Amino acid sequence: MSIVYLLIPLGLVLVGFGLWAFFWAVGNGQFDDLDSPGWSILKDDAPPQPPRPGDTPPSKQEEP
Amino acid sequence: MTRGGPPCFHCGEAIPAGTVILARVHDKDEAVCCHGCKAVAEFISGAGLDDYYKYRDASAARADEIPRTDRWSAYDRPDLVERLTRAEPNGARSITVLLEGMRCSACSWLADKALHLQSGVLDVGVNPATARARLVWDPGKVRLGDLLRVLEHVGLRPHPLAGEPAEQLAIAERRTALKRLAVAGFGMMQVMMFAVPLYIGESSGMEADIRELLRLVSMLISVPVALYAGWPFYQGAWQAIRARSVSMDVPVSIGIVLAFVASVWNALTHRGEVYFDSVTMFVFFLSLGRYVEMIARHRAGSVADALARLAPVTARRMRDGVVEDVQAIELRAGDELLVRTGEVFAADGTVIEGEGRVDESMLTGESIAIAKIAGTTVHAGTQNLGAPLRVRVTAVADRTVLSGIVALLERAQAERPRLAKAADRAAAWFLGRILFGAAAVFAIWWFVDPSRAFPAALAVLVVTCPCALSLATPAAIAAATAALARRGVLVAHSDALETLAKATHVLWDKTGTLTRGLIRVEEVRTLGALPEAECLRLAVTLESMSEHPIAKAFLASGQPAATATGLDVVAGQGLEGSVAGRRLRIGSPAFAAALGAGAKVPEGLELESWVCLGGEDGLLAAFRLTDQLRPEAADCVRQLAELGLASEIASGDEASAVARIAERSGIAQHSARLRPEEKLARLKTLQSAGEVVVGVGDGINDAPLLRGADVAVAMGHGSALAQTSADLILVRDSLAELPGTVSLARRTQRVVRQNLTWSIVYNLAALPLAAFGLVPPWLAAIGMSLSSVAVVLNAMRLSRSPQDPQGRAWTAARPAEMA
Repeated sequence: MSIVYLLIPLGLVLVGFGLWAFFWAVGNGQFDDLDSPGWSILKDDAPPQPPRPGDTPPSKQEEP
Repeated sequence: MTRGGPPCFHCGEAIPAGTVILARVHDKDEAVCCHGCKAVAEFISGAGLDDYYKYRDASAARADEIPRTDRWSAYDRPDLVERLTRAEPNGARSITVLLEGMRCSACSWLADKALHLQSGVLDVGVNPATARARLVWDPGKVRLGDLLRVLEHVGLRPHPLAGEPAEQLAIAERRTALKRLAVAGFGMMQVMMFAVPLYIGESSGMEADIRELLRLVSMLISVPVALYAGWPFYQGAWQAIRARSVSMDVPVSIGIVLAFVASVWNALTHRGEVYFDSVTMFVFFLSLGRYVEMIARHRAGSVADALARLAPVTARRMRDGVVEDVQAIELRAGDELLVRTGEVFAADGTVIEGEGRVDESMLTGESIAIAKIAGTTVHAGTQNLGAPLRVRVTAVADRTVLSGIVALLERAQAERPRLAKAADRAAAWFLGRILFGAAAVFAIWWFVDPSRAFPAALAVLVVTCPCALSLATPAAIAAATAALARRGVLVAHSDALETLAKATHVLWDKTGTLTRGLIRVEEVRTLGALPEAECLRLAVTLESMSEHPIAKAFLASGQPAATATGLDVVAGQGLEGSVAGRRLRIGSPAFAAALGAGAKVPEGLELESWVCLGGEDGLLAAFRLTDQLRPEAADCVRQLAELGLASEIASGDEASAVARIAERSGIAQHSARLRPEEKLARLKTLQSAGEVVVGVGDGINDAPLLRGADVAVAMGHGSALAQTSADLILVRDSLAELPGTVSLARRTQRVVRQNLTWSIVYNLAALPLAAFGLVPPWLAAIGMSLSSVAVVLNAMRLSRSPQDPQGRAWTAARPAEMA
């Protein structure tokens, strides 16, 4: 049973690391907005849509 | 009122009968309800943003109030922008903007996408939870005014916030709360991991030094939970004690501290029981409930935000005949302002030139604009709908009527007398019983065996406190709050759920609450030779030149407008002009009839809300204008009645309009022409008769009613000031969820009672048995854990697909993420 003398401190170190990582993530703003980043994949290139006459390519970012 | 057909493509509201407006979206014609929605839908489509309609999960805000005048010209001036915004690296500027009409994540995507189509936009951070966007742009390439215009065009009305201390504070508060929650959660899991072997070890035997190690490690982990995660409770308790009152934080803190201190004592002296698992679980569940509540409160917004939405940041000052744009805070009493059509007054003042009409609905709730002539007073936050006015400033900043109301609400919010009461009664009840029980045990043991008096009294406190208080109530409230948030009902103060369960009476505001607050042409009565459609077309043509709210009603009827010439506005009466060579008047019956010689006003028209169209050969038609009842209102009132809640209307509007809405929504009791104080008086009468009253409102004039009500419910799109004094906010701007909320509140109370009963019965049964050594420790341990698990699982039922009284399943209710 003496293995617990190693495993328990090891577990505590891991918990400490987990908490530190979580604090870092919170401080970094990772939890400030949980909804809109999911939409960011739609930002860079628009999903395929049938091209319309006289339309500019949808991925243009510069001018409307 | 006839309804039918598909809802508006853009905003999802029912399209008024007889309206045919088509918007060209994605090469298809889609039916919309008004020209505002048409403009927004076509703009969104034209900018290649059609996907918004695919991805959104709530319908957009109505767009019918897009002002025709440019409100953003002040933001085109570099010197003013420099003072209002913050500097960023490389010469860029940034500003935080509150976005009105933001309903879902797709809206934030839309804002982001639309802004990025502009050159010179460096970064856009949209947060749908707080409805705020942070814009960073290059002032050399694009003007701030253009960015604000883009936002307005896609249906998200921007309100630039000068400075952003409130927003920064909210983010900091949220982050700290999340950290505390994480510490409590991690700690709870770790301590549980050590608690289970300790319990099992009791029966199957465990080496003494390993047992001591596990206890010490549990203590080590519990220290940050009790000190860091539990800190807000101690702070709250200390504040309550200093203010000589008792809040929920007091018994909670006593429970945590006593259980923790006793456990530490026992762990260090290697005697007795440790309760670290109870302590950590207690802190975690309480923190979880507080966290969910705080998110809702932030969403509801602060008073400062509300002020930003109402009062403009800039104003037009006249000096020696020259007009200059200045910041509103630079204004002084005695300054002369020019307020153009569609603009909002930045200060209180007296009109010195011009005849206008002012929309004061944000202050008084009156839906019809008030005529203003030289000498009359105007107030900050109200909107000029008529001709441009020159105004002499009489009061600025915190001296304005608007600021007075804001200050009143801020104070009321800080004091929270009514809310505190409910929680305090519960807290005092628990605290009294528990302290009395502990004192009794201590006294009895003092005579039997003084050395065991203290541990025994502690045991009573520790075992009763966490079980009864920690899990039973917070777990149920947290589950119910989360379930309601998914249904679009924000719980800003969780004590409200308890009161709502006991409610017996609902006091409704009319305009904007039972109705949608939009005036529409409801009935056309022809009085001359011309057919109905032709009369409507002439009326629309005349009104298309006007900014009056009545004009909006005509424009929304969807008839195409021709050209009118020689228009003349008669303040307080109506409009006169020529259409296709024909002189016409539209306005009050007497005014319209006066154009034709000898024309008479038919009986009955004078009393009601009729607008008449008249020509030189007499009256042509009469139009009845009404504010439309919300489609779900009658159902809501009926369901509330089935739940035993009587409804009553308290409105500031005229009697006939109130009576009509009352009849249609199925409400027997109604009173009209009430000022805010009279609404409050009616409320007090009900309360003194023993009724528990729910107040539902949307405007600033409802704020006193909401503050006085036992439970205050605000509409999601109502005045931001009304929301700050509300307990519950209907985010989706629909009454449909209200009956469901009441029944969920009742189920929550039932679950709390079940949990309390179970905990108390368990404790009453197990404690004496355990104390007399009749229950082996392993059985007590299993029983203890099972008792806690049963309480939590029982609470979790609240978050799983609840049913409203009609048995209609609540949709989209996912199992709670927090079990």
